[in-house]
Amino acid sequence: MTSQLNSADTNASRSNTRVISRLLFVVVGMFGFGFALVPLYDVFCDITGLNGKTGGRLALSDALQVDMSREVEVEFLASLNANMPWEFKPLQHSVKVHPGQPTRVEYVAINKTDRAITGQAVPSVAPGQAAEYFEKTECFCFTEQKLEPGERKQMPVIFVVDPDLPEDISQLALSYTFFTKPSGTQHATASLK
Amino acid sequence: MSAVIEETHEHHDHKPTGIGRWLFSTNHKDIGTMYLWFSFIMFFVGGSMALVIRAELFQPGLQLIEPEFFNQMTTLHGLIMVFGVIMPAFVGLANWMVPMMIGAPDMALPRMNNWSFWLLPGAFGLLIASLVMSLMGMGSAPNFGWTFYAPLSTTYGPSSTDFFIFSVHLMGISSIMGAINIIATIMNMRAPGMTYMKMPIFVWTWFITAYLLIAVMPVLAGVVTMMLMDRHFGTSFFNAAGGGDPVLFQHVFWFFGHPEVYIMILPSFGIISQIVPTFARKKIFGYSSMVYATASIAFLSFIVWAHHMFTTGMPVAGELFFMYATMLIAIPTGVKVFNWVSTMWKGSMTFETPMLFAIAFIFLFTIGGFTGLMLCIAPADFQYHDTYFVVAHFHYVLVTGAAFGIMAGVYYWIPKWTGNMYDEKLGKLHFWLTAISSNVLFFPMHFVGLAGMPRRIPDYSLQFAEFNAMATVGAFVFGFSQLIFLYNVLKTQRGGVKATSKVWEGAEGLEWTLPSPAPFHSFTTPPTVK
Repeated sequence: MTSQLNSADTNASRSNTRVISRLLFVVVGMFGFGFALVPLYDVFCDITGLNGKTGGRLALSDALQVDMSREVEVEFLASLNANMPWEFKPLQHSVKVHPGQPTRVEYVAINKTDRAITGQAVPSVAPGQAAEYFEKTECFCFTEQKLEPGERKQMPVIFVVDPDLPEDISQLALSYTFFTKPSGTQHATASLK
Repeated sequence: MSAVIEETHEHHDHKPTGIGRWLFSTNHKDIGTMYLWFSFIMFFVGGSMALVIRAELFQPGLQLIEPEFFNQMTTLHGLIMVFGVIMPAFVGLANWMVPMMIGAPDMALPRMNNWSFWLLPGAFGLLIASLVMSLMGMGSAPNFGWTFYAPLSTTYGPSSTDFFIFSVHLMGISSIMGAINIIATIMNMRAPGMTYMKMPIFVWTWFITAYLLIAVMPVLAGVVTMMLMDRHFGTSFFNAAGGGDPVLFQHVFWFFGHPEVYIMILPSFGIISQIVPTFARKKIFGYSSMVYATASIAFLSFIVWAHHMFTTGMPVAGELFFMYATMLIAIPTGVKVFNWVSTMWKGSMTFETPMLFAIAFIFLFTIGGFTGLMLCIAPADFQYHDTYFVVAHFHYVLVTGAAFGIMAGVYYWIPKWTGNMYDEKLGKLHFWLTAISSNVLFFPMHFVGLAGMPRRIPDYSLQFAEFNAMATVGAFVFGFSQLIFLYNVLKTQRGGVKATSKVWEGAEGLEWTLPSPAPFHSFTTPPTVK
């Protein structure tokens, strides 16, 4: 009788272990899934062009029909992340372009500190629905920018507005935020040494 | 041989005494009791915060508290009521009732059970410590609303946000362990003959709820971990300047948050499905449709999260998808409501306190369900979003829904727990005061919300004054009526008319075959279910 009871006990604890290990697997998987949502979300936004993230829709070599009958106003904005000591602004407030026409504009950044700083610009287009119709062929945001102490740098952007841009959009805003690369900050270099 | 067994059996039935009985408890009944008392205490803590909020809103203008403190009150009220009251109360009821209902001697993992309870006082100690520090003038308690949207909780969060983050981590671990325990118990410890489709509906709803918990609590842990990393480790999950996105926070949060609202209602559905047949003296109408409806609600809860985010600038296709998916939930929920009504149809009904709460639940939860349907219509939601209409909606489903379900369950099972009948007169008094005052409290919120009063504000335009004054009166009556409930529970614990083992004439199920009060160790030899 006792042995029977014991074997029932071991059976129960074995099936409990099986249930627990399966459920823990789900728990760990769902914790990972929470983090996987971050790249999934980016991929989703890239494909759909939602959320003001630009790029991806047009191939760079595509020759676009210039639509002379339409004019779209593109405004330029510049801002800095909280701990970025540069001065950063567009050289022109806005331009009027025909969809399909490549246009070159310039931004300028000045490093007023006495140390070299590397920065990265992050672009955003508003309204969000227009983002997938806005293509940059050249941009200072494609690479990191390093400015020596006191250096002033003029940086070009070449962009095309897709002629398929919905009719009801006549105004776009392109904004950049510059932030310091973590490796460029005092704090991080200090901790590396 | 048999004498030896007798002796060990007697030894097992011996209750440990003193504080150790509770600290080191591995007994499902004791742990269930601790969960329920913890939830009851938190109910009064969170309720006092609600009264501070309502007192400030009694009249337009700022009278009693600063707006900063008001924000801390709304945040902590929400967090405590969701994680400290509704969820622990359900886990407490599951601890007490699930083993007894399926004929098991205890939970499958009794030591883990002890741990999952004792994490909770620590978790809420951390959260309430942030409020204590705020009252002592040492910086703000969490003030970003219970949904803790980034960047309010990341870039602009007060230092106490870290207390909040670790508190949520602890609650999450506690809920996950509780859920694993319940699933293991239901899967492995059913009495012979207790097939899945013979389990009481309460057990079924908890079985499904436990799966929801396991699926989404880790996502909540993930989102607060991302917040912690954004705040201290230089990542930019939710910071647009660093390439992240604050809207991502809302997606991840609501991927947890929507199943969470079903976690807070499904066990109440289960309680009501036990009570209505007992007092209608009929079998539940459509048992298997009840099970399938619960499962469909659980499945749908995973694909509707963005209906909380219609105004974030989603494409029309997304809005339509989430709108239609949300409307679909009305179908299984409707199945449940109609099944409860059909169970009562031509039944020989009596109206003891648990039944009164159950009927009020069916009626008032349905109102909350309908306002939910209104909110799920995307174009209309642009008007309702973040107004008091939303506050009215979720208080109808959580207070007159989930909390009424819990109260009904407590009145229904307390004779089994204590061996004494509760005071029926006091119970009825508690019910009528609660039912009427909760409507005085929450119904006017629909009107001010539709007229455009935003939620989470300490001051409002003059035209909302009358309805807000009404709501505040309702809130105070509601709050103080709960003292009757507390008194009634304490009185029942101390004595009263002895309850029979069946307690209710129409009660069916294994738990009613045990004597009242249920012995410390029950079903040491499993019963056989035909």
